[in-house]
Amino acid sequence: MQLRTLTPQKIYILIGYAVAATALFCAPMVLSDFRLNLLAKFLAFAIVALGLDLIWGYTGILSLGHGVFFGLGAYAMGMYLKLEASGGRLPDFMDWSGLSALPWFWKPFESFPFAIAMGILIPALLALILGFFTFRNRIRGVYFTILTQALVIITVTLFIGQQKFTGGTNGLTGFTTVLGHSIGSPDTKRMLYWVTAIVLIAAFVLCRFLVKSRFGKVLRAIRDGENRARFIGYNPAVYQMIAFAISAGLAGVAGMLFVLHVGIISPSTMAIVPSIEMVLWVAIGGRGTLIGAALGAVLLNYAKSAFSESYPDAWLFFLGALFVIVVVFLPKGAVGLFRKWKLPKRRRTEHEQQVGHSTV
Amino acid sequence: MSNKSVILQCEAVTVEFDGFKAVQGMHLALEKGELRFLIGPNGAGKTTILDVICGKVKPSSGKVLFSGDVDITRKKEHQIAELGIGRKFQTPSIFPTLTVFENLEIAMKQNRSVFSTLWAKMRTEDEDRIHNQLVMIGLEDKAQWRAGGLSHGEKQWLEIGMMLLQEPEILLLDEPVAGMTDKETDKTGELLHEIARQQSIVVVEHDMEFVRNFASKVTVMHEGKLLKEGTMDEVQGDDRVAEVYLGKKRRDVDVSRSTA
Repeated sequence: MQLRTLTPQKIYILIGYAVAATALFCAPMVLSDFRLNLLAKFLAFAIVALGLDLIWGYTGILSLGHGVFFGLGAYAMGMYLKLEASGGRLPDFMDWSGLSALPWFWKPFESFPFAIAMGILIPALLALILGFFTFRNRIRGVYFTILTQALVIITVTLFIGQQKFTGGTNGLTGFTTVLGHSIGSPDTKRMLYWVTAIVLIAAFVLCRFLVKSRFGKVLRAIRDGENRARFIGYNPAVYQMIAFAISAGLAGVAGMLFVLHVGIISPSTMAIVPSIEMVLWVAIGGRGTLIGAALGAVLLNYAKSAFSESYPDAWLFFLGALFVIVVVFLPKGAVGLFRKWKLPKRRRTEHEQQVGHSTV
Repeated sequence: MSNKSVILQCEAVTVEFDGFKAVQGMHLALEKGELRFLIGPNGAGKTTILDVICGKVKPSSGKVLFSGDVDITRKKEHQIAELGIGRKFQTPSIFPTLTVFENLEIAMKQNRSVFSTLWAKMRTEDEDRIHNQLVMIGLEDKAQWRAGGLSHGEKQWLEIGMMLLQEPEILLLDEPVAGMTDKETDKTGELLHEIARQQSIVVVEHDMEFVRNFASKVTVMHEGKLLKEGTMDEVQGDDRVAEVYLGKKRRDVDVSRSTA
């Protein structure tokens, strides 16, 4: 029977959430503008991590192509910002590439709501289509992962090649205003931080709702035994497609916020290395726990910027070492380690560790 | 056997794996409320025929008709499951990281579309059903355990419980009593009889003691074909069956109690 009483554990968890929320909202008072902007960027990454956790941690499907979904969201927002910066004229790079008129598919991006809608819908739709052709044909495991890598290569090549439409290797930059507010001003930056914090919390609540619902239990069931779920009467392909699309949509949202904070989006941001890095945040933070994924993204990026400031060359070695340690010794990531200490043995079994390993 | 009460009919089912015929022209008719035992030596194609019925394996020829006219050989596994055919595999396959309660919750008969599972609420009557099932399978104290932490026997029971909550019209069980104690085996046998009052069951079994105690009708398969069908006495009295089981002429099938 399920009891809804408050156990001490639940109280600790609630306190933890309260502390995290307070920290998020107090950050602008403590941090410098530069640090706040960095934190805002990390929070955007945390949104990708939540989405990745949904598909990897809960559904057992490893995507090494989330950089693409992130990038598509970022480009949607970048197109809006570019058009606003160009103020009615043709964006500069199109001029250089010899275009004389704005391409038809750029036009609607003058509208901010349209850009936002596309920043979510395009990645989600692409994921749905990719999922349709793979999950329905029972392509999974490492084969699916390789396909996501191929998706990255195709997309990056396409974006670099179509310079007159995408800005090529340089991507989109030179933004000035967002909704009429100067994009570089401290006030706008602070506002964007708040927006990001709120979106992150909303994304967290959404993911929590999803994983706690019966839908989430079916996702975990599919992760544990896809065939068994099938013989109970669930169609795993549909569940996987939906989870993958939601995950991609979240990556798109994160990409849009990222552009607003960073002011540039180029194909290198959605290439293979960033895509893999996203997976590392989730792996190190704690796969299969939402808070672990989000914390992993924030802390690792914090460590990355701290490290790169003092030892720019050592970062990648450090990250690699950390990944090896986590995969070998902590299959459930940092949060798993914490749980091992804090929570009683009640629900843990040696089996979980096996399952943890098998999905790598 | 009147045709009206037949719920499942396999007609000339043949299954080929890379040219090897695992099942050849198999016929099987199952009546409503029947408890049928399927026996035969290793490699006789017993499990394969269950695989065909539940959609895991597609036959190269032949038909499987469900409740008279639905040919299920062209349907996908989850569609067959939703039509009302439940399968229990040889090795207990529960969802190890879900709790016992959650295992039962998702197995329970319900609308299985994404939309309805998203908004599914745990109703009191559902909770009662799950609770009753937990009591029946003797796992009420372990409802919040991760299913992966259960013992082998408990997993078997959990899987049976999941299948009952699924409320299929036909249950396909592959060696349900493997790894169970004698007492548990008897309990399972009684349970099967109880279920067979409303639902139909096909059991693949090696435990001859169990078959003799609980079977009313037995189908013997050998090398992918139907060898003999009838009551346990008829089957035991059949020379060909004895030959198949023992490799030489002997009238007593009982000796092969081990895993023939």
